Amino acid sequence: MSEMLLEVDRLTMRFGGLTAIDDLSVAVPKGKITSIIGPNGAGKTTFFNCLTGFYKPTEGSVRMHHPVHGPLLLNEMPSYHVARKAGVVRTFQNIRLFPNMSVLENLIVAQHNALQTASRFSLAGLFGRAGFKQAREAALEKAEMWLTRLKLIELADTAAGNLSYGTQRRIEIARALCVDPLLLCLDEPAAGLNPRESAELNELLLYLSREHGKGVLLIEHDMNVVMRVSDHICVLNFGTKIAEGTPEQVQNDPNVIKAYLGEEDADDKEAA
Amino acid sequence: MMGQFIQQLINGLTLGSVYGLIALGYTMVYGIIGMINFAHGDIYMISAIIAVTVLTLLGSLGIMAVPVALLITLVVAIVFTSVYGWSVERIAYRPLRNASRLAPLISAIGMSIFLQNMVQLTQGARVKPINALLPGGFELFTSNGFTVHLAYTQIMIIAVTAVLLVVFTYLITKTSFGRQQRACEQDRTMTALLGINVDRTISMTFVIGAALAAVAGVMVTVYYGVVDFSIGFVAGIKAFTAAVLGGIGSLPGAMLGGLIIGMIESFWSAYLSPEYKDVATFVLLILVLMFRPSGLLGRPEVEKV
Amino acid sequence: MTTHAHNLPNVASRLKDATGIALVSLLLGVPMIGLKTVDAGGALAIATRWPWLLAFVATMFVGRLVLQFVLDHVKLNKAKRARTRPEIGATRPWLKWIGYGVVGFALVLPIAFSGNRYVVDTATTVLIYVMLGWGLNVVVGLAGLLDLGYVAFYAVGAYTYGLLSTHFGWGFWETLPVAGAAAATFGVILGWPTLRLRGDYLAIVTLGFGEIIRLILVNWTDFSGGPNGIGSIPRPTFFGLPFSPDSDAGPTFASFFHLEYSPEHRVMFLYYLILVLALLTNLFVSRMRKLPVGLAWEAVREDEVACKALGMNVTNVKLSAFAIGAMLGGFAGVFFAARQGFISPESFVFSESATILAIVVLGGMGSQLGVVIASVLLVLLPELGRDFSEYRMLMFGAAMILIMVWRPGGLIAHREPTYRLAKKGAQA
Repeated sequence: MSEMLLEVDRLTMRFGGLTAIDDLSVAVPKGKITSIIGPNGAGKTTFFNCLTGFYKPTEGSVRMHHPVHGPLLLNEMPSYHVARKAGVVRTFQNIRLFPNMSVLENLIVAQHNALQTASRFSLAGLFGRAGFKQAREAALEKAEMWLTRLKLIELADTAAGNLSYGTQRRIEIARALCVDPLLLCLDEPAAGLNPRESAELNELLLYLSREHGKGVLLIEHDMNVVMRVSDHICVLNFGTKIAEGTPEQVQNDPNVIKAYLGEEDADDKEAA
Repeated sequence: MMGQFIQQLINGLTLGSVYGLIALGYTMVYGIIGMINFAHGDIYMISAIIAVTVLTLLGSLGIMAVPVALLITLVVAIVFTSVYGWSVERIAYRPLRNASRLAPLISAIGMSIFLQNMVQLTQGARVKPINALLPGGFELFTSNGFTVHLAYTQIMIIAVTAVLLVVFTYLITKTSFGRQQRACEQDRTMTALLGINVDRTISMTFVIGAALAAVAGVMVTVYYGVVDFSIGFVAGIKAFTAAVLGGIGSLPGAMLGGLIIGMIESFWSAYLSPEYKDVATFVLLILVLMFRPSGLLGRPEVEKV
Repeated sequence: MTTHAHNLPNVASRLKDATGIALVSLLLGVPMIGLKTVDAGGALAIATRWPWLLAFVATMFVGRLVLQFVLDHVKLNKAKRARTRPEIGATRPWLKWIGYGVVGFALVLPIAFSGNRYVVDTATTVLIYVMLGWGLNVVVGLAGLLDLGYVAFYAVGAYTYGLLSTHFGWGFWETLPVAGAAAATFGVILGWPTLRLRGDYLAIVTLGFGEIIRLILVNWTDFSGGPNGIGSIPRPTFFGLPFSPDSDAGPTFASFFHLEYSPEHRVMFLYYLILVLALLTNLFVSRMRKLPVGLAWEAVREDEVACKALGMNVTNVKLSAFAIGAMLGGFAGVFFAARQGFISPESFVFSESATILAIVVLGGMGSQLGVVIASVLLVLLPELGRDFSEYRMLMFGAAMILIMVWRPGGLIAHREPTYRLAKKGAQA
């Protein structure tokens, strides 16, 4: 078993009377791809929001094993600390780019904390000191590297908001990578992609986990992506974990088949 | 002490009713298009000016019977002020429906400046005094040499506000317009897909807001007896404060906020310092927003991510 | 109206539309134009102006027909323009050249109009608004925070100089940093608790804050002189040389440079002083934009949630924008006090905040050049209308509405990326 990066322990999230996540425990290892699947409204995005500090979970804990800072409790951190200190960076289901800024600028913004420190909170930057110039060169190089890797380099100077849906998804992933995450949380990265783009995404996810040793946590509906790349799958329904295991194990699990096929009515109700 | 307290309670209730009526207009418009109608205070001012004109006209025609004069003034003011409310939306808001959030705000500020100066030009800059339409009142009781007064105008304001609230609540909760209005607040695109004329609903919202402000304007004219072109700004800010205090988008909240602001103002003036009554209002606003940003009756918002 | 389909509408529907407008105009006009209450020996009486009303309605009818005729030809273009977001791919070098042209013109203006004190004075006023506009541009244009009480920071700057100079004899240059710091401190005090709030709440809180400052200035007479304000504030000197006619007390500007004394020296000096301050402001803000913090301001304006997810402390980013905007407003306030020699709460009313905000938004959010154009427009429009002075503010309001409806993105909606891949080495 490889080294655990993130351990979610008995997480529960309630909104008033509605229990969106109920007593959920998941572990995410380093260098592997873990997927969360489940019907609409199963609580997947809520789970992400709890991980990344946008929601404060009602109960339970989210523990990140950081190589430098040691164990960190994400559920007690403000959302920006989750990315900055714990190295957990997410993307959004409904893409959130900075639409009026260029693709390159989107990736530079992601490196804000490093640059801001290098600019000595603008003082050194204001007078153009060498240290800051170096940091900026480094930031541009990193951005260029990911832009090249994700085949976005031609678009670097165009406004992000003007680009196609699939491209915007890739930009969002590139932007998240510029934060140097230990754990990358992707919320439906394959939604709206054509088959070719989707295949490229698979390749990218494998590359990130195998070559860069990043932990990847994936929420996805596209089974072509999930079944091909996942090392471990966790199936949610109505906020509870109904199955867990390798793609083969999950595909043959009677509970999963029932959740996806057997109880259509319940799904519809939930989705509404 | 008791007498003083009761007196301020009555004054605060009166003032608060007026703020509440104006605040309803803010909160409705905010609810439906998510924007501050900056010209709303001036709509109220226009109604007050119209009321002065109508009352003067009625006086010169010899129509002095209070209920008749009041009713005519109210109806005329509501009709004409509503046209102003409608025009504000058509000119300053509708063309900017899809623009950035700031654009309609600027055009509305421009509208506010325009309306104020238009009235100053056409009606003159002088303060306009009118004869008391409804003088006198009850002397409720005297304690420690302090006589508590309840003016007829105060009864009128509180009564008219109460009646209006009943009608208004019925309009919003029971009629088809009310349903369309609430639907637009929830989701404008979906409402349009259901075949509801969203533009007309928004127009109607401005008209109803203006009509409520018109009633407030008429009553202030009758209550204070003096009006000028600049009364819209401060009343507008206070009413907006009231709307936020009550929880913007919430109709009972707007009324409650109005009453609270009215009370604070009259108590602060009486017991502390009249000069700083507005400061008290704004400080309260800042405190509320810090500690309870959704207002007193507003629904707390969960950040959508 | 809804009749403007893409095919050209017929005459009948146009007439119907104009008749509708005329009808609305009639309703709007009856209580305001048709009837007027006049003071007749202590009581009000009614006066009528039916011919005026008729003229108004007729103007609206004809005006609408003409407008529709014009609109039919430009409508399609306009609809397109309103929807596309400002393109940033294409560079527009000519915008830069216009900028240099404006600076060049500003430099020679007092020489070109040296006999005309009025022109230089008006230009000085324009430059004060330019500076205020650039300061507020950081808050509204870049960080996207709606500040309706910007004038409060302007007041803080002005009163800091007014009080320090009259009570403690501080000079202009010593006060400048102190006033800037004071204004920034007020910005932080106000911003710290409120910047977490939603945008429109921030607007109303800042509006309230502006009013609080003004009311305190009006009522706290011992401190601020109340409604009478502070008078005889010393004018700035030319590095210690006063602009005064007599040289008994020591060398003056005129005697030192062996010039004949002229009151115009001071006017020109003040002009160049604010020009330098404004140019420094511009330099400062342009540099900040290229720094990480400047990019972060814009990112926060674009999407706050995404910023948080990328590890950005959004509150601090907003606070820095708020404090820097406040500081620049404070600087402008010091200059204002020094120029006027007299300050009172009258100068720091809400309409002043609205004007500055209008300059930023009309100019085009985030555009430095746009601020200049809008300032010139908003100061000159009322000045040009001086002959019919009572119509000035009316025209001002109308201009705000019309420009917004015409160009909701502002006059210059163009945004140049601060980082480019192509010439990354050439960044300043």
